[in-house]
Amino acid sequence: MGLEQYKGVYVFAQQVDNELSGIAFELLGKAKDLAKDLNTDVTAILIGYQVKNLADELAAYGADKVIVVDDPELKEYRTEPYTHAMASVINEYKPDIVLVGATAIGRDLGPRVSARVATGLTADCTVLEIGDFPINPIPNQEQKHNQLLMTRPAFGGNTIATIACPDNRPQMATVRPGVMQKIDRIDGAKAEVIEFNPGFTPDNKYVEILEVVKSVKDTVDIMDAKILVSGGRGVGSAENFKILQDLADVLGGTVSCSRAVVDSGWMERDYQVGQTGKTVRPNLYFAIGISGAIQHVAGMEESDIIIAINKDADAPIFDVADYGIVGDLNKIVPALTAALKNEIANK
Amino acid sequence: MKIIVCIKQVPDTKGGVKFNPDGTLDRGAMLTIMNPDDKAGLEAALRIKDETGAEVTVITMGLPKAEDVLREAMAMGADKGILVTDRVLGGADTWATSTTLAGAIRNLEYDLIITGRQAIDGDTAQVGPQISEHLNIPVISYAEDIKVEGNSVIVKRQYEDRYHMVKAQMPCLITALAELNEPRYMTPGGIFDACDAEITVWGRANLVDVDDANLGLKGSPTKIAKASDKVRKGSGEKVTLDPAEAVDYIVGKLKDKHVI
Repeated sequence: MGLEQYKGVYVFAQQVDNELSGIAFELLGKAKDLAKDLNTDVTAILIGYQVKNLADELAAYGADKVIVVDDPELKEYRTEPYTHAMASVINEYKPDIVLVGATAIGRDLGPRVSARVATGLTADCTVLEIGDFPINPIPNQEQKHNQLLMTRPAFGGNTIATIACPDNRPQMATVRPGVMQKIDRIDGAKAEVIEFNPGFTPDNKYVEILEVVKSVKDTVDIMDAKILVSGGRGVGSAENFKILQDLADVLGGTVSCSRAVVDSGWMERDYQVGQTGKTVRPNLYFAIGISGAIQHVAGMEESDIIIAINKDADAPIFDVADYGIVGDLNKIVPALTAALKNEIANK
Repeated sequence: MKIIVCIKQVPDTKGGVKFNPDGTLDRGAMLTIMNPDDKAGLEAALRIKDETGAEVTVITMGLPKAEDVLREAMAMGADKGILVTDRVLGGADTWATSTTLAGAIRNLEYDLIITGRQAIDGDTAQVGPQISEHLNIPVISYAEDIKVEGNSVIVKRQYEDRYHMVKAQMPCLITALAELNEPRYMTPGGIFDACDAEITVWGRANLVDVDDANLGLKGSPTKIAKASDKVRKGSGEKVTLDPAEAVDYIVGKLKDKHVI
C-alpha cells in the first residue's frame, strides 16, 4: 500500500485513573496545527476501561474524531495490551502521523508500537512542523513534500537535530510534556466517536500488576507554575530552601530545584527542572545558586524572564539569564523577599 | 540462570562538556564512559549473580573501541563480553540498533535481559522496549527495584506519580533507571583478569533472522534532515552588586516587566 494512503494526524490521548493527562491536550493543540497544514483532521486514540465519557473533553481541545478502545484488560497501563490496542488502531485506520507524550507511559508504549508496526519513532521532540525532505533539493534524490519534520535535542541538550521519516508510515514522535500549547477550550464541541476493540487475549507478555502505589504527597506540579523560584547546590542545605520558599510565597510562586539538590536528598524529584526532570516555561524563573549545567538549562531556557543569582561570575547560568546578579544569595534573597513584601503592601 | 546486559559507550556529557572556540561540542576532548542507566542495569545483574550464581553476559554495539566498556563491565564482575561491530551497522537509528542487538541476542540463551532506560547521548529510551518487541518477550521499563522469584521477576516500575509492582514470567526484558542502585567499583583482580579476558566479536554474519534492509543507516526509518549546535537565546545583563543594590535592581526589573 502506498504511503499516500496514510492520512490524518493521530494523538495518543493518555489517561490515568480515567483522568486525561495534560499532555493529551497539548498534543491535540499541536496536532491541530499540523492537520491544518496537511488539510486533514485530528483523531484522538483513547485507550482504557470505561473511558468513553472522556471523548467530549478531547473534542473540546481539538479532536475531530475519537477512537475509543475500551476493555477490562486496559484498566491499568501495561505495555502489551496498550501496544496491541495502538498497533491495531494504526493497522486499521492508517494514520499519517502519530504523536505520543514523552511520559513514563509514552516512552515505553511508543517504542514498542513503532517496532510492531515497523516504523521510525523520534523521541522527545520540541518542535514539529510540516516541510520537505530533504529540506533542500539534492540532485538525483526525490524531494518529498508534506513530511513531518521532528526537531529534538541530543547530547544532553548540546545539539539539536531535525529528523524525518520519509519512507515509513506512520511518522511517529514522542513529545515532552510542557513543550506544546493546548488550544483554548471550545465548550460544547463534539467529536465523531468510533468504538474499536481488536480483542485481547492474555499471554506471557501480559504482565501481572501486583500493586499500585500512588504517591500520597500533595505535590504542586512545577510545570503549571507561572513563577518558579529554583534552587541549586549553592543554596547549601535543605533547611536553607526556606528562604526560597519565603520568596516564592511573596510572589505566589513555587519552589523547584536542580538535579544536584535531588541527588543531595534536599528535595523530591517531582520538583526537579531539567533534562532528567521536568521542562518548564514559567513567566518568571529565578535560578538561585544554580550553576546552569546544560542539562538544567535544557529544561528552563524557554522561560519568559530568567533571573540568576550566583556568587560565581563565570557560572554558565549567566549565559541564559536575562538578568544576572553576581552576589551572595544568603543576603540577597531574604532582603529581596522583605522588599517585595513592602512593595506589595504599599500597592 | 543467564542474564544479558546491553551496555553502551557514551561521551560523558554530565559535567565534562567541552566546547570548541566556535561554541560547537568538542567530542574528541570528551571522555567516554559506560552509560549510567546501563551501569545500574549491570549492577542489578551482578547482584542477582551474587545471590544465585547467575551468568552475566554484557553485549554492546559500536565501534571497535567500544571493547573498553565491555572490559570495564568484566572488571566489575560480568562473565562474558560480546562486541557487535561491523561497517554495515553504522548510522543506525533506534529501530536498526534494536534489530541488530536482537539479531545478536538470538544466538544466546537467556532468562533475563537488562538494558538501561536511556543513553545520555541520545536520550531516546527506545532501544530496550524495541529489542523486547523483536524478541517477542515482555518488557518492564523504568525499573527502580528488581527481584527474582523462581521463574518470575518482580519489578518496581516507576511512573510520574506512582509505582506499580509488576510480576512477569521470564524470559523478559527490564530497562533500568540509574536510581536503581549504586554500581560497584571495579576490583584490582577484576581489572587484571578483564585485561586478558577474551571478548567475542560479532559482525553482520553472526546476526540471526535479520534482513539487510533493516540494518545501519539504510535500514533506519528515521533520517537526519539537519543537525546543528543549539542556538541559545544568549545572555542578558550581568551585574555585580552589593545586596541592597541587588534588591533594588531586581525589584526594578520586576516592575518594568509588570510582574509586581
